[in-house]
Amino acid sequence: MAQAAAHHSHDHDHGHHDPQELKMLGFWIFLVTDVILFSTLFATFVVLRNNTAGGPGGAELFNMTGVIIETFLLLTSSFTSGLAVLAMNKGSMKGLISWLIVTAILGLGFIGFEVYEFVEMVHEGANFGTSAFLSAFFTLVGTHGLHVSLGLVWMIGLMFQLKKRGLTPETKGKVSALSLYWHFLDAVWIFLLTVVYLMGVM
Amino acid sequence: MLDKIKEFASTFFVTGDPMIYGADVSIALATIGIVFVLTYFKKWGWLWKNWLTTVDHKKVGIMYILAAILMLFRGGVDALLMRVQLATPDVTLLHPEHYNQIFTTHGTIMILFMAMPLMFGLFNIAVPLQIGARDVAFPFLNALSFWLFFMGAMLFNLSFVIGGSPDAGWLSYPPLSELQFSPGVGQNFYIWGIQISGIGSLATGINFIVTIIKMRAPGMTWMKMPVFTWSVFSSCVIIIFAFPILTVTLALLFLDRFGGGHFFTLDFGGNPMMYINLIWMWGHPEVYIVVLPAFGIYSEVISVFSKKKLFGYKSMVYAMFMIAILSFFTWAHHFFTMGSGADVNAFFAISTMVIAIPTGVKVFNWLFTMYRGKITFKTPMMWSIAFIPNFLIAGLTGVMLSVAPADFQFHNSYFLIAHFHSALIGGVVFGYLAGLYYWWPKMFGFTLPETPGKWAFWFWNIGFYVCFIPQYSLGLMGMTRRLSTYGWDTGWQPLNLVSTVGAFLMGIGFLFQVLQILLGIKNYRKLKDTTGDPWGGHTLEWSIPSPAPEYNFATIPQVEERDDWWAEKDKRAKGIFRKQPPIEAIHMPKNSAIPFIMSVFFFIAGFGFVFGWSFFYIPGLIGVAICMICRSFFSYDGDYYIPADEVKRTEAAIRGSV
Ligand code: HEM
Ligand SMILES: [Cu+2]
Repeated sequence: MAQAAAHHSHDHDHGHHDPQELKMLGFWIFLVTDVILFSTLFATFVVLRNNTAGGPGGAELFNMTGVIIETFLLLTSSFTSGLAVLAMNKGSMKGLISWLIVTAILGLGFIGFEVYEFVEMVHEGANFGTSAFLSAFFTLVGTHGLHVSLGLVWMIGLMFQLKKRGLTPETKGKVSALSLYWHFLDAVWIFLLTVVYLMGVM
Repeated sequence: MLDKIKEFASTFFVTGDPMIYGADVSIALATIGIVFVLTYFKKWGWLWKNWLTTVDHKKVGIMYILAAILMLFRGGVDALLMRVQLATPDVTLLHPEHYNQIFTTHGTIMILFMAMPLMFGLFNIAVPLQIGARDVAFPFLNALSFWLFFMGAMLFNLSFVIGGSPDAGWLSYPPLSELQFSPGVGQNFYIWGIQISGIGSLATGINFIVTIIKMRAPGMTWMKMPVFTWSVFSSCVIIIFAFPILTVTLALLFLDRFGGGHFFTLDFGGNPMMYINLIWMWGHPEVYIVVLPAFGIYSEVISVFSKKKLFGYKSMVYAMFMIAILSFFTWAHHFFTMGSGADVNAFFAISTMVIAIPTGVKVFNWLFTMYRGKITFKTPMMWSIAFIPNFLIAGLTGVMLSVAPADFQFHNSYFLIAHFHSALIGGVVFGYLAGLYYWWPKMFGFTLPETPGKWAFWFWNIGFYVCFIPQYSLGLMGMTRRLSTYGWDTGWQPLNLVSTVGAFLMGIGFLFQVLQILLGIKNYRKLKDTTGDPWGGHTLEWSIPSPAPEYNFATIPQVEERDDWWAEKDKRAKGIFRKQPPIEAIHMPKNSAIPFIMSVFFFIAGFGFVFGWSFFYIPGLIGVAICMICRSFFSYDGDYYIPADEVKRTEAAIRGSV
């Protein structure tokens, strides 16, 4: 039965909808909810950003070199995830996997720098609980980092699936969704860079 | 050692109150009873195969409705307890702390664990059938949403006997809900119960938006879509914009309590007012999330039982969308008194009043639909008609509340309680009950007996006015909400007694409904719906047998008109029959155990976070992750085909002949 399902094409069955199309739309709407989620966190951060309660503020804490490296890594990874999709559309499994690996490594690098940055801050005595500003900072930036980490887990899992299943409409759909997600995280980072870091050190 | 265990048990289990011991005993007995019955009748396999692992939207809908009715019972008992306490001055049935817990759990349960699941149940029952689809867009996700809601609700309810209930009000305002002032685990239960079920609600919102956009039968253009489906669509649009705000708000409150954050604390720069803004940015739209589908039901029912097309279909749709958008611009009317200043208050007062315009349009449309119609007074229609005068009162008092300077007088008084219960009971609950009666035959294959239903209706309806009208006066007499007792000198006693009597009348109404269902089950052969169309309906769900077969439509209908099934019946009466396409194999989703198992892990994780036990929440979270990975790897063969022959046989059996 499962076999049969995989081989049926949808043109003969009128009640049947292209599942990839449904999933893509669903994914877009999911991203809308994620936009709202980040907007709420941004709003919270903006309200609390000056409430340092006598503790350190952004200007003292942020290490802009690290942030610029992070930005560079993430933007590049967004570009390479695009190259992965291009390779996939050309039907090149090897190209797809290789570009995904590059993307994952860049993503890991990003997470590594971020974790390092957080650890540094905590060492300087700037904890999550030090002030409302820092609670908001760690939550907003951390939520983005968590999203990137989940994306990495997804990416690795997907590579295994690609190896096992090859390029099918399902796996292709998953790669497209993943790359959409990755670009989205990139866009969120640009806002983070501006609102949190650049406006923080200014 | 023994002492340590004793000490732990006395903080873990709630003790001290006979009511709690009663609940302990009844929970234990109910569990033993269920296990016994399932084992005795060898029903475990049946339960697992047909219900716990099902992805069929009709069964998911039934489970939602069952759970919601149980929660209505629990919330109702809470309400009666409060009303008994307030019937006369100086009653000591409930201690103040217990009273706080009860109004908190009552409000939370009624909105999040009664109204929402009842609504999702009706979405599931009606929407795919109304649009001529075989299922929702993501059946697996749909089952997951249900189980997340269910586990969230269970977690929340558990607080009554384990750990202690939340008591900071149904919206948990800080600083009261912060660790400093609520050191127990009650608030944690609140946060995680809602958080887990909230993820499910968000997923349902996404699911139904995609279903409605992509899965309508061929020919069903947007302006030919049934009004109920329109109302579901607008409600889901509000869900996807409002629920992420709730998710974040609760997460931040949790971070404050669990991780020592300072979002809403009084010290270290926290800002409690921000919580109040955020929670109402979800909370006000939430009210419209639940009321719009009720409006959709009234529209369907009033049209069918007046035997007339809905008056002003398009204006209905536009009004719904206007309400959906405006609902996001009124949140501050919930705290006019909290010092936002005159300009802000004026803005929100006006935006609130503006909502009365589309609402008024809808009321006039319903009235014009009934005008010169051939009205039959079946129970769904009776609830719909009863809603109109009642909502007029809710709307008028709502506009009174929206006058910011006047609100300084009404705010947090019984006047407000009376207003929003008019809106929530008279608008939302009446609507869902109408929907439940209306779609009952489609769900179960028989109609409910009308006579006990009419008794239920009158008890509810009279009880409703007897309960809430006095509360408007009480509010104006100065009685505030969330008051656990008062003195004789206030002069509030007579009206409070009347109000309590009204509450019990509604309780009797509920019992009549239980009786009605039992009588219906007993006489179901006599009440059987053999036509599939007991009310003379106008939408596609009435064109198939009751209950609907698992694949819904043997062949997908081709839609031509707005009230397509009416048009079709007219044509058939004239002897014009549509050519039916041949029956083909039908593509169906497979059952899956993952939604249930994953939700159990969510429950475990939630429970661990409530108590701060890493040996619970870490395995719980790992379990969730494993389930997700499994799902991703197994998602490739999530479907199967029902062969054409089998479909033909089923159709022949249920219809007599095809
Ligand atoms: C006709 C339009 C409506 C208007 C103009 C309106 C207006 C208001 C206002 C101004 C308040 C705040 C009062 C105060 O805190 O002093 C309020 C509270 C409330 N309303 Fe409405 N409302 C309307 C419809 C509804 C509907 C349809 C529902 C539910 C289905 C609803 C449920 C509530 C609830 C639950 C509260 C209580 C909030 C609390 O706990 O403080 N309202 N309404
Ligand atoms: Cu409101």
